[in-house]
Amino acid sequence: MSLFGAVIALGILALIFGVILGFAAVKFRVESDPIVDQIDEILPQTQCGQCGYPGCRPYAQAIADGDDINKCPPGGEATIKQLADLMGVEAKPLDDAHGEEDVKKVAVIREDECIGCTKCIQACPVDAILGAAKQMHTVIEHECTGCDLCVEPCPVDCIDMVKVKARPETWQWDLDTVKENIKANSIPVKVVE
Amino acid sequence: MSDVQANKHNFSAKVIGHFPGGVHPPERKQPASSQPIRKLKLPQELILPVRQHIGPSGKVLVKVGERVDKGQRLTEAGLSQGLPLHAPTSGTIAAIEERPTAHASGLPEQAIVIHPDGEDRWGNKHALPDYHDVEISRLLELIQEAGIAGLGGAGFPTAQKLAQQKPLKHLIINGVECEPYIAADDRLMQEHADDIIAGIRILQYITRCDSVLLAIEDNKPEAIKAMAEAIDDNPQIQLKVVPTKYPSGGEKQLIELLTGHQVPSGKLPMDIGLLMQNVGTAYAVKRAIIHGEPLLERVVTLTGESLKQRGNVWALLGTPIQHLLDESGFTPEKKQRIIMGGPMMGFTLPITEVPVIKTTNCVLAPTEKELPSPGPELACIRCGACADACPATLQPQQLQWLAKAKDYESLEKHNLFDCIECGACAYVCPSEIPLVHYYRKAKAEVRNIAREKAKAEQARKRFEARQERLEREKEERLERHRKAAEERKKMQQEMQQEAQQKNSDEPGSKAEEGTEKPAGKSAAVAAAIARAKAKKAAQAAKESPEESNSAKGNES
Repeated sequence: MSLFGAVIALGILALIFGVILGFAAVKFRVESDPIVDQIDEILPQTQCGQCGYPGCRPYAQAIADGDDINKCPPGGEATIKQLADLMGVEAKPLDDAHGEEDVKKVAVIREDECIGCTKCIQACPVDAILGAAKQMHTVIEHECTGCDLCVEPCPVDCIDMVKVKARPETWQWDLDTVKENIKANSIPVKVVE
Repeated sequence: MSDVQANKHNFSAKVIGHFPGGVHPPERKQPASSQPIRKLKLPQELILPVRQHIGPSGKVLVKVGERVDKGQRLTEAGLSQGLPLHAPTSGTIAAIEERPTAHASGLPEQAIVIHPDGEDRWGNKHALPDYHDVEISRLLELIQEAGIAGLGGAGFPTAQKLAQQKPLKHLIINGVECEPYIAADDRLMQEHADDIIAGIRILQYITRCDSVLLAIEDNKPEAIKAMAEAIDDNPQIQLKVVPTKYPSGGEKQLIELLTGHQVPSGKLPMDIGLLMQNVGTAYAVKRAIIHGEPLLERVVTLTGESLKQRGNVWALLGTPIQHLLDESGFTPEKKQRIIMGGPMMGFTLPITEVPVIKTTNCVLAPTEKELPSPGPELACIRCGACADACPATLQPQQLQWLAKAKDYESLEKHNLFDCIECGACAYVCPSEIPLVHYYRKAKAEVRNIAREKAKAEQARKRFEARQERLEREKEERLERHRKAAEERKKMQQEMQQEAQQKNSDEPGSKAEEGTEKPAGKSAAVAAAIARAKAKKAAQAAKESPEESNSAKGNES
């Protein structure tokens, strides 16, 4: 008799928890895999495709599915370290096969050479190039992620990747660069000896 | 100062609060504080960086070669944060180009270069001697249009600071000037006490505040006397003499000193019902409203033993530092350093061809003996002297370790951004660690990370929007194709029906066979075949001339 009681009691408990879990599964359902979002957050969003995937989110998905974390050259060591922390794996050096870590750059179109073919516009993953067929194109500098993808398709090779210039408000207080900054100015200036 | 005098002039030598930390470096305010403010001869050129304050720059309104009058506006007031710039004297716009700016980096910024014509000819001035019937919003506009930024240090646009609509307990006017060497505010108070009081009254009118605390450090007896006389028996303005200690002129430190209240971390004085303005700003506000003169010049202390003529000058904004030095008997020694700002918070100028800007209060040319350059950095011995000196009760040694380890998350947890970069910690450090430099670097890096993050977020959004658009366009294209195919199918069927009808009139014709075959896979091909068949049918129908007309109609 006591056996029945125990079985019934456990059965009822199982039912109640089953209902709660079932309800929670519907009510608190997450649309996408949150780990993918977290990885995507860490990636630099240049959408350059150097990792071999068509953009940062697909690579985030791939990492979640077990791909290596060292395929992102724009993110560099810092990104690898963060990804390693998040995924609970060992940080490893950047995979050379996908490119090297470089200074930040932006694309600049030499405008008088542009023939208005729109090929770069189609290549830009973040719609940072403005223009129309047979009209000059130009890059919206602050939207450009420096992904390089527009350089290749250009039939007249009029796109340069230039280093992002330091401005006083973005300067990193690197006193070693001061001399260089002054020399970079074209006008003659008196340097304090 | 005697007690009797103190009572008559409505000031108390006692202050309620006290702030932690602080240091007592040698003051060295002499001889600058006892020399009258000089006027200088015009420099060969004036360099006006378009951006001189926090926030975006305004649009340039002048062209190269244009003649400008004194006080003429050079840039537009711009967005809500932008401040306009004015020609400090009459002359010609010589260039609009990148020039090195008054910044430790020596990096160039867009600047307007004026060659003065020596006439110093004023443009239109809109003086407003009686501002009491003018609306407050209009006064704020006038202050904004006059290009006034906080002249004490950070250079925040004054009108925006004033525009915050919250009832004020006290309006605090800062005449403390606690940093060694600097005596610009001191001299201004001695020579223009009445103007400063007039400015304070305008600020009072704008903020509707009837309690003003004017704070001056007790090492400036002349300024205290002058201001006390100017206040006379105005009950609304209280003169507060604060003890000499660095950095009692810091906004949050002075508030703690005067009211005993702390401004919480991450909050503004406004949040506890206080507003602080510098005496120089009060003076500039008076010039702007009552005389209609925009901010064109400021008092700059020129001091240090490498200068023969030490003292204060009225320097037009844009005056090259080299000109100021030349006018003061500059005899540089070997490895001469030029410091912009004071010895505690200033920075070494990489070049002297940079201009005076709105926040330049001092140019210091010390000899090596007077202010030795820092020795080599030694290891931290964890003595804790920096923590005792910190006026913001931070842990400078801990911040230093974290900054070296680039642990930005912990730095923020340790309230790095509460650091006012006063330099008290580096001053007391026995190992001569340039602590503030590490904090500045770390702050710049934290800001950079935040900027990168915002940019990445933006890029992600744009990428996703683009993917969505491409997807949508693809679907639309497919939809269009599907519709076109349907249309063709329909047309084809109609034609076939027609042909069938025709053929049924003429039984035994070859064309009939075609209609029974199923339509081709591709709708286009099917349509083409149908057209060809219709043609054939028409040719077949030619034998009977009475029907040829209708067949031709079909063909077209």
